Amino acid sequence: MDFILRKSLRALLTLCIVVTLTFVVLRTSGDPAIVILGTDATPEMIARFHADWGLDQPLPLQYVHYVGHIVTGDFGTSFLDGRPALTVVAERLPNTLRLAGLGFLLTLGLGIPAGVLAALNRGRLLDRLVVTGAVLGHSVPSFFLAILLILLLAVRWHLLPSGGANAPEAIIMPALTIAAGGMGSIARFTRAAMLDALRQPYVRGVLARGVSWPNAVRAHVMPNAAIPTLTMIGFLLGSLVAGAVITETVFAWPGIGRLIITSVARRDLAVVQCIVLLVATTMVLANLTVDLLYGWLDPRMRAPAQEDR
Amino acid sequence: MTAAPLLSLQSLTVRFQTPDGVVDAVAGIDLDIRPGEILGLVGESGSGKSASCLAVMGLLGPYASTTGSIRFAGQPIAGDIATLRGRSIGMIFQEPRASLDPVRTIGSQLREVLHLHRPELDAQAAEAEAASLLRRVGLPEPARQLRAYPHEISGGMAQRVAIALALAGNPRLLLADEPTTALDVTVQAQVLDLLSRLRDETGLAIVLVTHDLGIVAQYADRVAVMRHGKVVEQAPVHTLFARPSHDYTRQLLAALPRSEADRPAPKPVATPLLRVTGLARHFAQPRGWFQPAAPKLRAVDGVSFDIDAGETLAVVGESGCGKSTIALMLAGLIGMTAGHIAFAGRDLGSTSPAERRALRRQLQIVLQDPGEALDPRLSVATQVEEPLLIHRTGGDRAQRRETVRATLAAVGLDDWALDRRPHELSGGQRQRAALARALVLEPSLLVLDEPTSALDVSIQAQVIDLLTRLQRARNLAYLFISHDLRLVSRVADRVAVVYLGRIVELAPTATLFANPQHPYTRALLSAVPEPDPDRRGRTRILLQGEPPSPTALATGCRFRARCALAQRVCASDDPSLLPAEGGAQVACHFPGGAG
Ligand SMILES: Nc1ncnc2c1ncn2[C@@H]1O[C@H](COP(=O)(O)OP(=O)(O)OP(=O)(O)O)[C@@H](O)[C@H]1O
Ligand code: SF4
Ligand SMILES: [Mg+2]
Repeated sequence: MDFILRKSLRALLTLCIVVTLTFVVLRTSGDPAIVILGTDATPEMIARFHADWGLDQPLPLQYVHYVGHIVTGDFGTSFLDGRPALTVVAERLPNTLRLAGLGFLLTLGLGIPAGVLAALNRGRLLDRLVVTGAVLGHSVPSFFLAILLILLLAVRWHLLPSGGANAPEAIIMPALTIAAGGMGSIARFTRAAMLDALRQPYVRGVLARGVSWPNAVRAHVMPNAAIPTLTMIGFLLGSLVAGAVITETVFAWPGIGRLIITSVARRDLAVVQCIVLLVATTMVLANLTVDLLYGWLDPRMRAPAQEDR
Repeated sequence: MTAAPLLSLQSLTVRFQTPDGVVDAVAGIDLDIRPGEILGLVGESGSGKSASCLAVMGLLGPYASTTGSIRFAGQPIAGDIATLRGRSIGMIFQEPRASLDPVRTIGSQLREVLHLHRPELDAQAAEAEAASLLRRVGLPEPARQLRAYPHEISGGMAQRVAIALALAGNPRLLLADEPTTALDVTVQAQVLDLLSRLRDETGLAIVLVTHDLGIVAQYADRVAVMRHGKVVEQAPVHTLFARPSHDYTRQLLAALPRSEADRPAPKPVATPLLRVTGLARHFAQPRGWFQPAAPKLRAVDGVSFDIDAGETLAVVGESGCGKSTIALMLAGLIGMTAGHIAFAGRDLGSTSPAERRALRRQLQIVLQDPGEALDPRLSVATQVEEPLLIHRTGGDRAQRRETVRATLAAVGLDDWALDRRPHELSGGQRQRAALARALVLEPSLLVLDEPTSALDVSIQAQVIDLLTRLQRARNLAYLFISHDLRLVSRVADRVAVVYLGRIVELAPTATLFANPQHPYTRALLSAVPEPDPDRRGRTRILLQGEPPSPTALATGCRFRARCALAQRVCASDDPSLLPAEGGAQVACHFPGGAG
């Protein structure tokens, strides 16, 4: 209980820092008025724009308003099309969720079993194949993989549409692209964690009590290996977001990855801010989940560290 | 004792394929274990004791190959060992916690084994059986322990749990590979008594692997001595101790430090070489973000003693009582929370830095594990020379080289060792090199922290002889830290018994061993297994439980929770170290059991 409270408080603190940083970075990185009105806008037009959007007030006051609005769920209005930023983002969100979700499932569903099998067959052909595949998946840049997939599957063999989100099968190539890198890392990481768990002396102890090898692996080695692997999964969520930006652009996928690129280019502050906060919150929540799962899996984590001496 | 053997090994060999070639760990042994007997298996490290046990269990791993025959209850076991594990033969290991899965509760691990070997038990019956197993191995509050995780229990409790797990399938043979080497003597006595009680109650046969002849003398019925992968001698325990027939057995027995204090009591001197007063070291406990501050861990909590030139003061006590912390403070390797250290009458705290350095040179430390003290990448000569360079003494290159050579010769290492790196030396040679490194500055006091506990019995005896000779030749004083009371009785002039960061008894060695005054000292002495099978009958005071944590110090006497003599006054007043009979000092309201 105490453990959950501690972790949640820490997550909340991180969120506050994110909210503040977002404000600082966005307000100090160029004047949106100039980008939106063009460089030949008259000083009066700029002043008018500032007054309309509250940009003429002193920064601390702007910050107070900003925090007040966020707390009440008001993320401002898009400079460009005048609708609430939240609506603009929410429109695109389901697409990204579908893509990232499928990518994530692929990453875990293929990466973890590959790592486990490789470790159990250490040094054999299967192990070498997995390790080679993992290194490839990890090191090939995702835009390159995307273009390769488009050239082969769409242009040459006409199996899949090259972009957009209209056909249901259009999600396959972007999801594969997003999953490839993570799959490589997670497979290698799972393999290392399994090998480490297999080396622990309790494995011999469990076998000496008469537990069969498959049961020892299933009930003792895998739960122990799951603990370090979980940390890796936490990191993966972060790279998933980065992957979405590139992948959505290449495949013309109408998600928030593409939205953020256009919004940044046009200094649509409210929308950018909304996306950044959304992504940051997701990450913080994901890490909180990982932390809590960690405590659930590893009894040694629940109590604050107690050294023997 | 003529029953058919339960386990019978014939011409058993074990060979390991290693990157450096093959190792013949077991080179053809014949061994029988009869039902209900305890067979002591002794021998130095690497003699093949563990490899033989693991071969029986079929747990040697992929790089080993075995030949010969292993028969259990008359039947050869070859492919079907997996069905015997846990059900007919159980095994426990040296590091008790290491054989438990860290992420599963003790209850869940017990239920797993019960489900496997006693499938007829339903969930409720299994739970009850698990609790009764824990009760059988003497664990208090079984219901609570079932929900505990391995890291939440102490080493002694973990070894009891490991025994319970090994016995869950009602095996007829238990292989115990150094089951108490990682435990304190007081806890060791509890665990070994438990094993021999289980044997008496259920007729369990036990192979007790150990390197401690005292344990063998106290607990084994028969003994097999192993060396270089062979059984060199096998005999009933009384015969073996009375008439050892093999040279190696005789060597082992001769190397035993006998529990008799034959050293003259030292005479007091005006100014002691080292005077320590009120020494204390408290550690802050790590804590979480939103945690209240944890209480300080009082590792050492007000310790005072003197050491005279040429004298050996031993410091003994259970693990975690603060022995090593005292050593590290004396050597200046960690700071002290309170207290004074005066060397040759000069208080180290109030001297100039230059003088302090000169005084520190007189006081050197040798650590438990020589691997820690020596850098694996540098040659022995370089490392022995290093202190001379640090303290800018020893003259020019040639003179230093000569000093290094002479010092190495003094510890019994010839010129061959000069250019060796530590990994090319044996354990005993490494400890000699570490000793040379401490001696090269010609100190007058050496702090020896468990100097021989990483060594085999026979090599241990050589190192102790060396220390004794060096002491006579150079009038060296030793602060000798050890948990081995038999060894201490041989080398020390006086002994300080430490419990939870305090000295509870300080006495001349002969007095302490003949007439221990503090209840803790008496319990500690009676827990030592004596290497004499004829002295099994002696009444022993067994300490219950394990030392409490030095953070949870209550008021009054620290030993009170485990003391059989405790009275009301012990709860309120902390006894101080006061003179008692025979030149001893004791911190107890009822020294010698009076009252
Ligand atoms: N897994 C292994 N791979 C290679 N060599 C091994 C392995 N296990 C043991 N050996 C070698 O086999 C020999 C016998 O080892 P074993 O562990 O049986 O000794 P031991 O008598 O139990 O010693 P100790 O008292 O140190 O436990 C040693 O030379 C050791 O180095
Ligand atoms: S003071 Fe009391 S509790 Fe402490 S050791 Fe003596 S008799 Fe036992
Ligand atoms: Mg061994």
